[in-house]
Amino acid sequence: MTAAALSVSRNRRVAFYAAGMALAMLALGWASVPLYRMFCQATGWGGTTMRVSEAQAATVKAVAQTISVRFDGNVDHDLPWKFGPEQVTQAVRLGERSLAIYRAKNLSDKPIVGRASFNVVPEQAGKYFTKIQCFCFTEQTLKPGEEVRMPVTYYVDPSILEDMDARDIGQITLSYSFHQDKEASRKALDRVASAR
Amino acid sequence: MANTVQDHGHAEDHGHDHDHKPAFFARWFMSTNHKDIGTLYLIFAIFAGMIGGAFSGMMRFELTEPGIQYLATFSHWFGVANPSFDEQLHLWNVLISAHGLIMVFFMVMPALIGGFGNWFVPLMIGAPDMAFPRMNNISFWLTVAGFCSLMASAFVPGGTGQGAGIGWTAYAPLSTSGSAGPAVDFAIFSLHLAGAASIMGAINFITTIFNMRAPGMTLHKMPLFVWSVLVTAFLLLLALPVLAAAITMLITDRNFGTTFFDAAGGGDPVLFQHLFWFFGHPEVYIMILPGFGIISQIISTHSNKPVFGYLGMAYAMVAIGVVGFVVWAHHMYTTGLSVNTKMYFTAATMVIAVPTGIKIFSWIATMWGGSLEFKSPLVWAMGFIFLFTVGGVTGVVLANGGIDDNMQDTYYVVGHFHYVLSLGAVTSLFAGFYYWFPKMSGKMHSEFLSYLHFAVFFVGVNLIFFPMHFLGLQGMPRRYPDYVEAYAHWNWVATLGYKIMAVSILIWIVNVIYAFIWGKKAADNYWGHGANTLEWTLSSPPPFHQFETLPVIDDNAHH
Repeated sequence: MTAAALSVSRNRRVAFYAAGMALAMLALGWASVPLYRMFCQATGWGGTTMRVSEAQAATVKAVAQTISVRFDGNVDHDLPWKFGPEQVTQAVRLGERSLAIYRAKNLSDKPIVGRASFNVVPEQAGKYFTKIQCFCFTEQTLKPGEEVRMPVTYYVDPSILEDMDARDIGQITLSYSFHQDKEASRKALDRVASAR
Repeated sequence: MANTVQDHGHAEDHGHDHDHKPAFFARWFMSTNHKDIGTLYLIFAIFAGMIGGAFSGMMRFELTEPGIQYLATFSHWFGVANPSFDEQLHLWNVLISAHGLIMVFFMVMPALIGGFGNWFVPLMIGAPDMAFPRMNNISFWLTVAGFCSLMASAFVPGGTGQGAGIGWTAYAPLSTSGSAGPAVDFAIFSLHLAGAASIMGAINFITTIFNMRAPGMTLHKMPLFVWSVLVTAFLLLLALPVLAAAITMLITDRNFGTTFFDAAGGGDPVLFQHLFWFFGHPEVYIMILPGFGIISQIISTHSNKPVFGYLGMAYAMVAIGVVGFVVWAHHMYTTGLSVNTKMYFTAATMVIAVPTGIKIFSWIATMWGGSLEFKSPLVWAMGFIFLFTVGGVTGVVLANGGIDDNMQDTYYVVGHFHYVLSLGAVTSLFAGFYYWFPKMSGKMHSEFLSYLHFAVFFVGVNLIFFPMHFLGLQGMPRRYPDYVEAYAHWNWVATLGYKIMAVSILIWIVNVIYAFIWGKKAADNYWGHGANTLEWTLSSPPPFHQFETLPVIDDNAHH
């Protein structure tokens, strides 16, 4: 191999490695989407609440200390629903399983599919606020004018008492925002139209 | 930096007329010559800088007094005949976005990396050209195409009005559901093009620096400017793809119904901020590190001394680059980070002051006891050290999560980052310009006009940006074309500063014209024996093809 050809192949090798680094970072950028969600779910950062099965919930023991839970409900500006909690606050014992009810009504004359996003404040409480069942786990379809009651089963993990940053929390606010799932709403409307 | 064993006369052999320059069109539009591409980058950066600077002038004039005075007139310039009030306010957002994007992607980066990097990295390491000359050409023209796409965005609908009014950060949901119309797509495409260009440029620099150093030029003998470009190239390579991923998600959110950053579909707008700043923070070092390199060369040259603590200087840049990747959330203190997260990002951010301090003190130590010659590049370089330090100190203030809760999105932040960029990076650009202009053009500029340019520029930019700290401390928010009466005085001062700064740019243009028409022919090494890197062994301007016989670096030479 001549010196010139040798230097071309050396150059190509370095460029190849460098381009590989760039591609790896590009992949990392895309991978950040699921990683970010997993990270928030694992750590409860940003007020992300926890989710457990019935079986896991059964192992938690309630303690005497109580905490207040405040409920909040919002709708996105382009969703013609009325949505809010039936109870403003609940006082619950730590570890005790509780049921809260939200009420949603479709004010429009079309079927609409909505999906709720949620979090809690203070954010440190996210990793102790545990849901067993929630209407927010799935999408909700409301027929024109239909009103439904939507349950949330939850408890506040007693291990909150061992967390220096969270043990003094007296009240946790659980907030939901309903958004329209436009794609699913369009399909629901099509189904109604084809049924006629 | 490195002394060569070859004598002067030998290097000048290349200066004879067997250059085989291609004809005009082939030479400038299909160029593969690193010096020609460097020149193209510099001309492009000056052109883009004039436009970006004109936008900042429009903003400064609007801000001279409380109330809205000029936005309607400016709207006419963009072809909007009867702008509604909302459209006028939208134009303001377009101006701040375009100013930021142009200055970052189409002025500072092309000038420092594409311009000076292309020109002097191969010369300083004794290479005949860049490793991939054709890729170099693609990089340049993609940058130009990106700029055209950004300019085009100003003339198509962008939601509330014409143009992309999304800030240089392009935060969702403003840049997704908040801005209908193709303007934002044009702006994002512009970033894709500029990003691809920079990634290719970075690959080119890394390959050139690793593989094409002259015999004897070890990594630890490379001039600090080459070190700075090497570190910058790695930052580009690691940061820009993340931006590319993030803005591609913006595009799909906007046009293809995905919900990466839309809570309605299970996405999170804060994720965009994380991705953006994971790129954005290294980006600010991308803009300043080559400036650090230029300042190191200049201070060493005009102190007639090797730079103090060479290895410390080189690895301080590496350290800044590494730590720069783990401090991004200090741009996001008010997005609801936990106390512990804020503590980490505060501490990590402040750590960067240590390698930066090493650089500042090493520059001062280089001058200390040196045989100083106050030529124009040194004057600019000393101005740089002062101005950059002011910006660095306000940066340490803002690094505190607690203080930032109060200061975020005020003019204090605007003052801070303009001190490090507009006064830091741009001052280093002018320093490099006066240092190397005669080498690039073969004509001497007027030293008198250079001093005058510096004096007027220094007064001007300080008058613009220093009062912004006062305004910010008093709570004046960024990104609004209007403000309450109480902020009127310092805003008036800032606009006065802008006018003074604009005069200094005229002096600079006069100086360049002077050099080309009346300038004396530049000697090979017009700064004397303090200038000892390889570009000074060549003629001014250097031959079209240099180092056909590779220079050999003396083993005993120390930096």
